[in-house]
Amino acid sequence: MGSNSSSMNNIPNAEQLVQETGFSAAHILRLYERFQFLDKDDTGQLRPEDFGAVRELAMNPIGDRIISAFFSPGQETLDFASFVRVLAHFRPADSNRTRDGAQPEPANSSMGKLKFAFQLYDQDRDGKISRAELLQVLRAMLGMQVTEEQLQSIAERAIQEADFDQDDAISFDEFRKSLEKVNIDHKMSIRFLS
Amino acid sequence: MAALWTLSVLLSACLLWPVCLALTPPAELPQPHNLPPLLGFNSSDGSPSVDLPMALRVFSVDYHHVQAPFEIVLWIMLASLAKLGFHWSGRVPAVFPESCLLIMVGLLVGGVIYGVRHSAPPTLSADAFFLFLLPPIVLDAGYFLPGKLFFENLGTILWYAVLGTLWNVLGIGLSLYGVCLLAQSSLGDVSLLHCLLFGSLIAAVDPVAVLSVFQEMHVNEQLHILVFGESLLNDAVTVVLYKLFESFLRLPSVSGLDVLLGGCRVVVVGLGGLFVGLFFGLLAALTSRFTSRAQVIAPLFVFLYSYLSYLTSEMLHLSGIMAIVTCAVTMKQYVEANVSERSNTSIQYFLKMWSSVSETLIFIFLGVSTIQDVHMWSWPFVCSTLLLCLAWRATGVLLLTAVVNKLRRNTVTFRDQFIIAYGGLRGAICFSLVFLIDDFPKKRLFITTTIVVILFTVFVQGMTIKPLVELLDVKRKKRALPTVSEEIHSRLIDHLLAGIEDVVGYWGQHYWKDRFEQFNRKYLRRFLIREDHQAPSSILRVYQELERREQRRDEEAPPIEDPRSHSRPLLPEEMDSIRRILSRNLQNFNKKQTPAYSRHTLHQDTTMDKTRKPLYRHHSLGERYKYNTITHWPQGEDGEFNGSHRVRAGLCRSHTVCAVGPRPVLQDSSAPAASAQRGPADPKSAATKEDQVFPQNQAPVGGEAPKKQLSFVLENEKQP
Repeated sequence: MGSNSSSMNNIPNAEQLVQETGFSAAHILRLYERFQFLDKDDTGQLRPEDFGAVRELAMNPIGDRIISAFFSPGQETLDFASFVRVLAHFRPADSNRTRDGAQPEPANSSMGKLKFAFQLYDQDRDGKISRAELLQVLRAMLGMQVTEEQLQSIAERAIQEADFDQDDAISFDEFRKSLEKVNIDHKMSIRFLS
Repeated sequence: MAALWTLSVLLSACLLWPVCLALTPPAELPQPHNLPPLLGFNSSDGSPSVDLPMALRVFSVDYHHVQAPFEIVLWIMLASLAKLGFHWSGRVPAVFPESCLLIMVGLLVGGVIYGVRHSAPPTLSADAFFLFLLPPIVLDAGYFLPGKLFFENLGTILWYAVLGTLWNVLGIGLSLYGVCLLAQSSLGDVSLLHCLLFGSLIAAVDPVAVLSVFQEMHVNEQLHILVFGESLLNDAVTVVLYKLFESFLRLPSVSGLDVLLGGCRVVVVGLGGLFVGLFFGLLAALTSRFTSRAQVIAPLFVFLYSYLSYLTSEMLHLSGIMAIVTCAVTMKQYVEANVSERSNTSIQYFLKMWSSVSETLIFIFLGVSTIQDVHMWSWPFVCSTLLLCLAWRATGVLLLTAVVNKLRRNTVTFRDQFIIAYGGLRGAICFSLVFLIDDFPKKRLFITTTIVVILFTVFVQGMTIKPLVELLDVKRKKRALPTVSEEIHSRLIDHLLAGIEDVVGYWGQHYWKDRFEQFNRKYLRRFLIREDHQAPSSILRVYQELERREQRRDEEAPPIEDPRSHSRPLLPEEMDSIRRILSRNLQNFNKKQTPAYSRHTLHQDTTMDKTRKPLYRHHSLGERYKYNTITHWPQGEDGEFNGSHRVRAGLCRSHTVCAVGPRPVLQDSSAPAASAQRGPADPKSAATKEDQVFPQNQAPVGGEAPKKQLSFVLENEKQP
């Protein structure tokens, strides 16, 4: 499991990935090894079934949503570059990056992280979390612990609190606003990826 | 109900009359009206008998013959009756933790004995405590330790246990020395080493006391494991420091080298205990592999090996607690795989029973031992000890948490920190250690102070922790109410991060866990588990999900008190109930469900055994499997089952494949997850498939109609 740079040559576009995502070369290597572990039939592409090797994900209430979040809409396979790009969201934000307007929002900033979380709700990618989508997620998380009426009332309350433009759905800005008290960078980062 | 309790106390007190009276020298004659009639026949030589001197004695009483076991049994009887009375006494458990009441009973009994004999009642000898009373409790705690949660939080636990204890010991010792210097007149002869020695024994948090108080409190499992794990692991540090300072006291002088060696000893003691435990755990696992032909003694091996590990490490001056905990944790999965159902249940019940008895005895003896002649009081010393214990623990917890929160994703909140700091109760370990100190002029002062600290922490802190925590919750709610959407989104993010960590293979923990699992599967399981019980875990998982779904299907959601129909806007009570629902059901940090540790009831561990039972049902032709051994799903506040129903429903589709014939086909674990992604199946169709499954596999067992059997099984499951 050594991280000698010679194996970096096996990774396609390694330099570009380092630049783009901000991961170090060592991390890219580790992620590549993990990618290869998941890629059982060695095709260089991951399919949703390959994520089944991660057993705990099956027990996760939103496990399937997470898996589908890796794949762009309509795509059936995932290559290493896209894998890394998705995971780049969970890098702790760089505090000393200077941002000029020309640069696109980095994936691991708070905005990027929030966008990722938003997309977990918003499966149809219309930019809003409708009541039905919220109910789906709630049902998944709360399971059979609560009755349907309670679920409805919780969803009702959540939309009431967040919805400012009264369109009975939560837009991305409203989503962001309801999470303003939460330290997104701390909460949505995996430590060792720093 | 209170009457019942007082009655039982009086009853037990009456039972003790013969005991204490018989302990008096034989010259004193027993008073007739207090004793049962069989002692009514008195004769001058003190041994009562019927009127036929120099003939055959038809009836006689020979108490001295049975004195020792009789007294032991009476003490245990007293302890158990008090415990029973406690649970029957209505509202009292809500206010007083059990430990308080037991100490009070002990005080009462001690007072009675003192009043009768005018001399000190029997005290808890350190040997009896360490060799007989402590091991069952720690074994019970170790056996039911939620392994996954423990190892996930191991870093934090070690952080608190080692560093926190060191901080406390040094802080309390040094400041007490300062106090002694200030009060030169009365405390002048207490040296620095004595103070440090005292600090080392008083700083340790006691697992027995902590557990007994946390029974009644509702804490989330993560906090529970932090406090409990800390109290278990700090034994290594405490014992080493205690022995270190003791040996320093015996040395003519202490050099820097000795201190360094002392530091090495901590490591050696801790790791040594660990290895001893591992060794005996593996031995026990191996032995249990061969117990199929003599199933009744299988539980015995569990106890024998654990006790052996404890005694061995005590013999080698290593940490006995660590040894026994490691032994229990190690052997658990293999033993459970190897022994039969009933043996498993026996093991668990006996563990609970013995630890229960031990705990009650400890607390009662604490009460009894308080009534003594050897007290020496000193206001500055006692009060400052109390204050310093609290202060140093609080600052220690605050500082350590500030550091550790930077490294954890699930931060330890202020409420949790308060509980950790305030819930640091001292118990019988300190008490026994203080008796073991070599005699020096101020030893009685130390004993008195220890007793005061223990009583204070158990009574005051034990009783007030629950109201204070509730007050904190209220205050926190008033200050900054998290909105419902904030909570929902936060929990979603928690789940998301957990999933991403799993995908990436979180190097700190999952990497080692995966490696261990591979090693486990390849070598350990093959060696330590009986051949016919080695089923691949994916099948067990399938059955586990199957059984879970079955139970879930017939259980209603726990009713939450909110009968009003909901319409805008929502009232505060409804808000509260919604918040309660969310906090109860969303707070699932670990993916598997682990019921909280409870001294009084037996929650089945939800990992392996549930699935093994149906497996046994199908495989074992010889076993008379008619009764249902699947215990009820833990209900109540800690029985959170997160919504993996989707997975279960999806898995049902695949189990028809693996349930063909008596031997299930090996199934790749990726298949169930893949089917899970296809979306939740209709529960009805899955149910019918299950009904089809069972007839195939139950044919060898009995010719009963499968549906009937299924419902019979489920009916039994419903009984709590």
